[in-house]
Amino acid sequence: MKTIHINTPVNQNQLKDLQAGDKVLISGTIYTARDAAHKRIIHALENNNPLPFDLTNQIIYYCGPTPAREEFPIGSAGPTTSTRMDEYTPTLLDKGVKLLIGKGERSEQVIASLRKNNAYYLIAIGGAGAYYASTILSSKLIAWPDLGAEAVYQLEVKDFICFVSNQM
Amino acid sequence: MRDIDLRQVKELVKKAFIEANYHLNHDVRDALDKACLSESNPKGKEVLQILTENYKIADEGNFPLCQDTGVAVIFCEIGQDIHFTNGDLNETLNNAVAEAYDSGFLRKSIVESPLYQRINTRNNTPAIIHYEIKSGDCLNITVMPKGGGSENMSCLAMLKPSDGEEGLINLVVNHIRQIKGNPCPPIIVGIGIGGNFETSALLAKKSLITEIDSVNPDPILAELEQKLMNLINETGIGPMGLGGNTTCLKVSILTKPCHIASLPVAINIECHAHRFKKISF
Repeated sequence: MKTIHINTPVNQNQLKDLQAGDKVLISGTIYTARDAAHKRIIHALENNNPLPFDLTNQIIYYCGPTPAREEFPIGSAGPTTSTRMDEYTPTLLDKGVKLLIGKGERSEQVIASLRKNNAYYLIAIGGAGAYYASTILSSKLIAWPDLGAEAVYQLEVKDFICFVSNQM
Repeated sequence: MRDIDLRQVKELVKKAFIEANYHLNHDVRDALDKACLSESNPKGKEVLQILTENYKIADEGNFPLCQDTGVAVIFCEIGQDIHFTNGDLNETLNNAVAEAYDSGFLRKSIVESPLYQRINTRNNTPAIIHYEIKSGDCLNITVMPKGGGSENMSCLAMLKPSDGEEGLINLVVNHIRQIKGNPCPPIIVGIGIGGNFETSALLAKKSLITEIDSVNPDPILAELEQKLMNLINETGIGPMGLGGNTTCLKVSILTKPCHIASLPVAINIECHAHRFKKISF
């Protein structure tokens, strides 16, 4: 099993050696977005409204954390099932998103779009929310607080573990 | 007639939901620890090692085991000789859930108007409560925070009686092959056989209230559970679908009599965050 370290901002050079099954340790900035946030991002794109963050070369993490206790940057923060985002994903990849982190399988359309855009789908460990919280150094709510746990958070992570999906 | 004070019920139910979300039951810990040793795939092993680390971090009480702290499912067995005092039972249980999810820093994951607006109720209620009347004067409550990702991977089939054991095995194993890594394997598979459409689903849910190391009291079902577990683990799906021989930690079956024309089978999937707590009054 090969281990690859990725430091953000992501560049194509860091991604070129990724293969199915590789272990990836991410350090730097990633953004959370799950069902409701995806719907709003797509709506914003369709209406030329501003986005919560520039999508180019970014990493999206499908995650809706638990509320943070005062002394910690975030609550429990593991991945959610990716397939619910399949419908929105090709559009985001065309806009420059490079890495997606979630759990479970993706549709054929998503895999084709990932290949076309030289982007990758990474699997994080579902149900390891407490463990992932310990790899998140800071978190900042940057859009749509009304969505609660589904709002968009900017996270700074250190050695955030995932694996390149076997579908890649 | 025995009086039970609902103020006491509320406090204990609230505490049970918080504990279930932070402190993994010891049988599941043991199963994950054992799987770490027996898993042959290095990626699968690494996932399992992180899951054991995860329950230890959660045990410290700052982060729930999983960010999906679930829909609040409650099974309530009420002895017919009980008289509840100081409130309304249904309201008490929902208040206990709302307070637990607030003070326990648990995620509120329930939306109103499921097909349209999907607006978060912001206190994780309503809980899903199943009441059952029993003889005597005991009150037994089981709380079960149930994650949505694994729940979504559940299914129900109205088999033909002639499908028999082979049909059931094919249904279960083919279903697990289809859902792959989606429900966060290693999983617990709850199977309800018989009753009718809705009873089979409820049986499947109830069958999940089980310790990993428990043995079905019916030897034929115990054998079927073992057979299914072996077949599921032979699929090679492995922890998080990354490959390996640990796909399933437990298969649990409950049955009920059914119509001569029917063989209802429900499969309720639970992830390794196998969370429930029992309270007796």
